[in-house]
Amino acid sequence: MSGIFPRALSLMVAFFALVCAAAEAPALDMELLGAGATFPQPLYSKMFDAYNQQYKVKINYQGIGSGGGINQLVKKTVDFGGTDAFMTAKELQAAGAPVLHIPTCLGAVVVTYNLPGNPKLNFTPDAVAGIFLGKITKWNDPKIASANPGVKLPDLPVSAVHRADGSGTTYIFSEYLTKVSREWKEKIGTGKSLNWPASQIGQKGNPGVAGYVKQTPGAVGYVELLYAIQNRMPYGSIKNRAGKFIEPTLKSVSAAANVRIPDDTNVSLTDTEAAAGYPISGFTWLIFYKEQNYGGKAKDRAEALAKLLLWMVGDGQRYVEPLEYAPLSKEAAAKANRLVRSITYNGTPLVK
Amino acid sequence: MDTGKQRASSSTDDSEKRFNVILAGSGLLIVLLLLAIFATLLVTALPAIRQFGVFFFIGRVWDATTETFGALPFLAGTLLTSFLALLISIPFSIAISIFLGEYFRTGAVSTFLRSAVEVLAGIPSVIYGLWGLFFLMPAVRFIEMKLGVAPHGVGILTSSLILAIMIIPFSASIGREVITLVPGDLKEAAYSLGATRFEVIRNIVIPYARSGIIAGILLALGRAIGETMAVTMLIGNSNFLPTSIFSPANTMASVIANEFAEATGVTAASLIYVALVLFLVTMVVNVIGTYVIQRISIEASREAS
Repeated sequence: MSGIFPRALSLMVAFFALVCAAAEAPALDMELLGAGATFPQPLYSKMFDAYNQQYKVKINYQGIGSGGGINQLVKKTVDFGGTDAFMTAKELQAAGAPVLHIPTCLGAVVVTYNLPGNPKLNFTPDAVAGIFLGKITKWNDPKIASANPGVKLPDLPVSAVHRADGSGTTYIFSEYLTKVSREWKEKIGTGKSLNWPASQIGQKGNPGVAGYVKQTPGAVGYVELLYAIQNRMPYGSIKNRAGKFIEPTLKSVSAAANVRIPDDTNVSLTDTEAAAGYPISGFTWLIFYKEQNYGGKAKDRAEALAKLLLWMVGDGQRYVEPLEYAPLSKEAAAKANRLVRSITYNGTPLVK
Repeated sequence: MDTGKQRASSSTDDSEKRFNVILAGSGLLIVLLLLAIFATLLVTALPAIRQFGVFFFIGRVWDATTETFGALPFLAGTLLTSFLALLISIPFSIAISIFLGEYFRTGAVSTFLRSAVEVLAGIPSVIYGLWGLFFLMPAVRFIEMKLGVAPHGVGILTSSLILAIMIIPFSASIGREVITLVPGDLKEAAYSLGATRFEVIRNIVIPYARSGIIAGILLALGRAIGETMAVTMLIGNSNFLPTSIFSPANTMASVIANEFAEATGVTAASLIYVALVLFLVTMVVNVIGTYVIQRISIEASREAS
């Protein structure tokens, strides 16, 4: 009887020692760590896989959300972060040292709906704001009908659905509405989680919103373009600043970036000035510190990161369109390239 | 114990002592874990507690853009859906307990039904949510259209229904166990006095098993309060106080699950404050439940004597 407990105890101690030893073992050589936005994750997975096959560098990216990506970069637990929203002044300050953003591709948000016959609809900015503010309650409202002269709109009640979880999709959508509707700007504003009007439904994730819209006649919601294409959902054309109704396609989304892009690529593409651009588009960025010598980071690790980033905005762009993401315009890619070349290690640029 | 046996019994005493120490240690570990959870919640929610204080419990606005937070809509949502689910499930679970405890105690039918109830308890919450989306939502929407209310299909009613289905197995299993424990002598005595089957169940079995049945019901309530995935898919996620049984609402667990990943600063601290409130609600429910069960047991033993 007295022999059992010492034996059990020593077994447990041995087990814990083994676990600790395994945890102490050095991580795989040159595994770059990234975390952040889930929107570009399918694209990044493909890109990192292709990069690994060509250059034998492993990259681990966790889709924990844009906020998580920013948090982890500032906590210095990852080499780079992914975010759908450019870091705010407060976040940049909290980072301590300068953080660079490079865009990798474009995303867009589309307005999807469920009406009998699945007509192709046009929406003016007022109509979109009115629907999601809860002011337009029936589909045959003149604000929607006036933009769709040939379509017979039913007398169905409008059932608007939004994202219940905090998301970059909500951010881009609300940023657009803040720009085009003063009422939206006052009442709701821009953000990843919003104070939506009462009795409006929220569902979790793109699949939640899409599922609700598909099942509810008269429902309208907003989803990522990629998601709508892959799930063959109907979506509307939106009138852009130039006055044209633009259908969301990969081409029109890329065209939204045909505007002057500042050197730090901090530009909002919603309500874009570009004549043929889809107005609810946005970049998704990768963020990283400009000065790479922190936390005892080795120089070759920083070099590996710089090489990866250069590839992603250069050769790696060939993987963007086949996966139905919108590729960077030449100007955006050039600016990104210049930014990566400005990464320093101990003050000297890493990539010539 | 005479001195001749002392040397042989000392090794047994030692192992007894060691066993007691390990048991005491495990018990202490649980208590420490509970305190650690509470302390962590308290510390990480501190920015929000400092900013909103006790008014958080009655605050109605939840706005991430202006950073104004109040937990009342979620508190109301959680309590409403949980208690409604309990109300809906009680008749079914008591009926199942009596059916499996009294009428079909053994045999193929009994084994089949018991397994079915246990499988129901084991189905993951997310699957209930998906089933609810494809089956319950259209059904409730149909009812709402017939009644002329806004046909969302999601809301308090839908999530209460799915919760009721999820918690039936918990109270049913425990109820069945205590009902089978009712001594046969008592029932035989009642039958010999001419009682019908129903009278025996109503006057002998249920009163005897009362505290166990209530314990099962409280366990079910505990599960309903903490349930996240199925509820978040079917409650409509509207951060406002519900105005009717058909209106969309939100629960504490659901809002945390939805918004925590992207939350920073005061928003994150407020969500943890909501978690703290949920923790306290669960504790209060358990304490009240234990008290109720004790009172009923005391009454039952008083009646028996």
